[in-house]
Amino acid sequence: MSVPTHSPADVAVGRSPPRVDGAAKVSGRALYVDDLPCEDAWHGATVRSSVPHGRLRGVHLDRAFDWSDVTVVTAADIRGCNVVSLIEGDQPALVPVGGTIRHVAEPVALVAASTRARAFAAAAAVRLEVDELPAALDLDAALRADALVHGDDNVMKTLRIAKGDEVERALAGCDLVIEGVYETGAQEQMYIEPQGMLAHWDEHGACHVTGSMQCPYYVHSAMKVLFGLDDAHAIVTQAVTGGGFGGKEEYPSMLALHAALLARAAGRPVKIVYDREEDVAATTKRHPSRVRHRLGLMRDGTFVAADVDLVLDGGAYVTLTPVVLSRAVLHAAGPYRLPHVRVVGRALATNTPPHGAFRGFGAPQAIFATERQVDRAARALGVDPWELRRKNALRAGDTTSTGQVLEHSVGSLAVLDALRRVAPSPRPDHEGSSSPAWPPPRDELPDVRLGSPVRRGRGIAFCMHGAGFTGSGEQRLAGRASVATRPDGGFEVRSSSTDIGQGAFTTFAQIAADALGVDGARVSVLEPTTDRVPDSGPTVASRTCMVVGKVVEDAATALRAHLLAWGRAHGLSGADLGEIARAHVRDVGEAERTVTYAPPPGIAWDDESYTGSAYPVYGWAACLVDVAVDDDTHEVTIERCVHAVDVGHAIHPVMVQGQIEGGTLQALGWALLEAVKYGGGRVLNPRMTDCIIPTSADAPKMETLLVESPYPFGPHGAKGVGEIPMDGPAAAAANALADALGIEPACVPMLPETIAAARAAREGAT
Amino acid sequence: MTLRVRLNGRDLLLDVDPQRRLLDVLRDELRLTGSKEGCGEGECGACTVLLDGEPVCSCLVPAGQVDGSEIMTVEGLGDGELLSAVQDALVRFGGTQCGICTPGIAVCATAALRREPDASAERLRELLAGNLCRCTGYQLVIDALCAAARPAAGPSGEGAP
Amino acid sequence: MTTPWIRPATLDEALAVREEHADWRVLAGGTDLMVDAGRRPAPAGVIDLFGLPGLVGVEPMRDGSLRIGAATTYSMLLASDDVRRHLPLLAAVAREVGAWQIQARGTLGGNVGTCSPVGDTLPALLALDAEVELVSRKGVRLVAFDDFCTGYRTTDLRPGELIAALRFGRRALFASEGARHAWRKVGTRRAQSVSKVMLAAVAVLDDERRITCARLGLGAVRERPVRARAAEDLLVGERADAALAQRASEALTHDIAPIDDVRSTAAYRRDVAARLVRRFVLSLA
Repeated sequence: MSVPTHSPADVAVGRSPPRVDGAAKVSGRALYVDDLPCEDAWHGATVRSSVPHGRLRGVHLDRAFDWSDVTVVTAADIRGCNVVSLIEGDQPALVPVGGTIRHVAEPVALVAASTRARAFAAAAAVRLEVDELPAALDLDAALRADALVHGDDNVMKTLRIAKGDEVERALAGCDLVIEGVYETGAQEQMYIEPQGMLAHWDEHGACHVTGSMQCPYYVHSAMKVLFGLDDAHAIVTQAVTGGGFGGKEEYPSMLALHAALLARAAGRPVKIVYDREEDVAATTKRHPSRVRHRLGLMRDGTFVAADVDLVLDGGAYVTLTPVVLSRAVLHAAGPYRLPHVRVVGRALATNTPPHGAFRGFGAPQAIFATERQVDRAARALGVDPWELRRKNALRAGDTTSTGQVLEHSVGSLAVLDALRRVAPSPRPDHEGSSSPAWPPPRDELPDVRLGSPVRRGRGIAFCMHGAGFTGSGEQRLAGRASVATRPDGGFEVRSSSTDIGQGAFTTFAQIAADALGVDGARVSVLEPTTDRVPDSGPTVASRTCMVVGKVVEDAATALRAHLLAWGRAHGLSGADLGEIARAHVRDVGEAERTVTYAPPPGIAWDDESYTGSAYPVYGWAACLVDVAVDDDTHEVTIERCVHAVDVGHAIHPVMVQGQIEGGTLQALGWALLEAVKYGGGRVLNPRMTDCIIPTSADAPKMETLLVESPYPFGPHGAKGVGEIPMDGPAAAAANALADALGIEPACVPMLPETIAAARAAREGAT
Repeated sequence: MTLRVRLNGRDLLLDVDPQRRLLDVLRDELRLTGSKEGCGEGECGACTVLLDGEPVCSCLVPAGQVDGSEIMTVEGLGDGELLSAVQDALVRFGGTQCGICTPGIAVCATAALRREPDASAERLRELLAGNLCRCTGYQLVIDALCAAARPAAGPSGEGAP
Repeated sequence: MTTPWIRPATLDEALAVREEHADWRVLAGGTDLMVDAGRRPAPAGVIDLFGLPGLVGVEPMRDGSLRIGAATTYSMLLASDDVRRHLPLLAAVAREVGAWQIQARGTLGGNVGTCSPVGDTLPALLALDAEVELVSRKGVRLVAFDDFCTGYRTTDLRPGELIAALRFGRRALFASEGARHAWRKVGTRRAQSVSKVMLAAVAVLDDERRITCARLGLGAVRERPVRARAAEDLLVGERADAALAQRASEALTHDIAPIDDVRSTAAYRRDVAARLVRRFVLSLA
């Protein structure tokens, strides 16, 4: 038996102390929303539509059911504004009678009862009367306007980038134009903790909601709008959260509104915890995409022009789609020098549950196409794909597709070179046709596994990922964070950034401790609660460490300066900072310093022309994947996976490694295993049994290479790392399949069934 | 139905509906909320407990089947505030992120290393395949377990002989 | 209200309850029947057979057969020397059922009773000529598993009967010098996966490498686990070569009828089943 140690030397930035919530998590003491003691809470359940498009005529309660101990809420019970407030106010919290149902699993009514089973039974006893309407269920149907889901053409948003000459003319001057169409499917975040929220109203008319979420202030703002509350009467607290990956960015607002509506109607606390099937069927997923891409280059390998037409399926409501589209468009040209670029991105509305935030936020879809294209170009020219990438990689001083000049922290060549150092060959490390052994042989068991020959291939991908909010987003957000003294001589970080597993609290404690000059064990991070922490902006966009972390650092520095000055004035010169803090609290009360984020100089962005500094800085990554493909079953084994990522500076190297590896496996899962299947607008595989994610047996041994090109405006040089690992691996896997099999994968996921069909088509053609 | 069980080293009499899931009895009756529900169908392993020494999904075990059995949950792995070697390694080597799968992993890994103290990293990947983790990509989990099994060797992880 | 629950101490007691309460659920490891139990109505009552003495264990019989109790878990199969030595195919299958947590709880008899087209052990039971030992208060009935399974999740289990054991009468032949065993589960991923295609195959070769006996058990390629009899017939008496392998794989069309579903496609299942059969026959050359 032993306990994690907190020696001061471990806590400084750049070391990897045990995470602050680690002991609670491994011992089962950490309380997630479903674990919170609340004996008198009722359980809520949601009545959902079963058609993708229709007019709601009525909500009927089964007369045979005993409703005496059940609370029922419909849109008629909403006194304020029936909307889940986000970018546009187009999504109702509950579809009203007479209103339009726009997707399967759309919330229509709510019930609460004393047990979960009773609540589910009650929900099943509510009957919806609906006149079904024709539906537009995919991109083609949306384009044909089979049904109008949004506006008069189903186009939610169009964005354009234009750089250099007219692109057709530029392409006409190229020696070679590679053209391809690439499609990617929806992906389920599949956090292991389903969504959940607990709400109650106090005697002062304030509503308290506590739950699983990434962005307390998003929930706060949604609560204020629907219930007409002021800041102080909507109190939102993040419980320990079992993963998010974007999936708990916008949807928790829906649960919070529902739980609060039920709690008000029932006059007692109400908890809503989705079961897995409901969570997969109803909540947001990664946007399906289709990208038509033309890459023009010269015979010597120099890239000249790219023309990208990108379409995203936004689903039935706008939610965050315009922002996802923006990121997709901004990453569509890839990390390359391209004098001439045209990108047209459109987000379409369909009658499927809304697609939303998921790690990478549109960039992985665009990068999959770009990196497939570059690989095909290398093959067409007969050159090493690594060489071709390096030749065209953006370097410091170059301009991006939006005309942004890259000034600092440009790790492009560094990540490519790091990859090459550990994997020098364009060929896989393993050769031969024997299949990889799984399950691993055991001496005591006879080996009767029918082996098949395999074909091996190696693929790489290269990308950049904008860290922080797009364009002037950070100026608009003006995120704030505070550091304050505690009565015991310790210090407290106050921010609305949530720890959803990525380790934000530990990182903040490290950063604050270093800036204060104290032992990290003396810094705590307050649980994000909207009445006690300032709005630091949402926990998204790879911004928490880089942007909010910087604010924490500045607040801690300011607090230290204040305390030292106060100490000098009060006879405490040379005293330990904790001692001064204790004296300060005792004599004049708490000392707190709050800092608002100041964007680095020179960030100019024009939203109209889509030109300028799209992001304050970029992360860079190069990924290598070796595959072995079974000749009989087309199953893919990843035999090697190396990911070199420029993170600026690793505040906590182990957690950074964990971020990269977790993101890498999500990307490989998306590439090879994870398919959300739809039929009639409904998710056909809403269970973990069929909507699968990789197990430890599927995951390759990860080789993670941290590259550090410090970002001068991040804390200790750190920049965003959360999303970039999601960007490259799918293309690297596809490129490895192309190398192994001579096929040209054009879609994600590349299931064995897909690969089989591609191989058959190729054999048929030759 | 009255059940006699030994739970985390303590003898207990429990009066419950035998059809209730062990997971619900642990969480709702005994307030042992370390075991988590991620799927309700034996797929994710977040509810793993040891039943007579074997890891099982407590969401698939009806309470009626545990009469006379010994149960160990994540709450019983350590000694009071002290973490077990497996728990400690998971914290120190980055084997826990969001933490929702961690209790199940800690429980299953404890059984794995008790049974096969010399298990290779590959073998641990097989034994832990019933515990889904969406955060880590599993590498740091496996590294941590290798370190817990071979404390002298440190977190050399896979590939080390 | 609590669910009536009986955990019989003996097989006789179990049979008495079974006869008395035809509508009670017979439960073993719960890995199928407990899925979603939190949301579904409770059964009228439960007869809990998990761990029932007489239904657990691997027993070599005097007639040379191996008898495996219905409530024997996959973990027990894996740990059994007799299974490893005499039925290596079954040990290999047990290792790929679900994950450890499922192997610790799921039982062979449960897999047979559910009789899903994707039941992992079922192709092996077909390949090993397993018989189902059914008991009731009237006595014992032995039925070849191939006959016991009557369709999509349906069996020949009769009122009052319980699945007591699986019997492997031909283990001497199937463990003989010339016997070749092969197992391949093709799932959606490496572990914890629902099978898309399974092949459990046994062949016995004579001294001249002529195939004297062939069993090809397939799963997930039609509404029930199935033996590829046309292909088996074609193999017997022949020496394996590429042409025979090709013919055997083509003969599969007589016995399989795969479908498209959320897990895979008919085309993939057909293609992979054929390739695996061909690979197995080639391995005999």
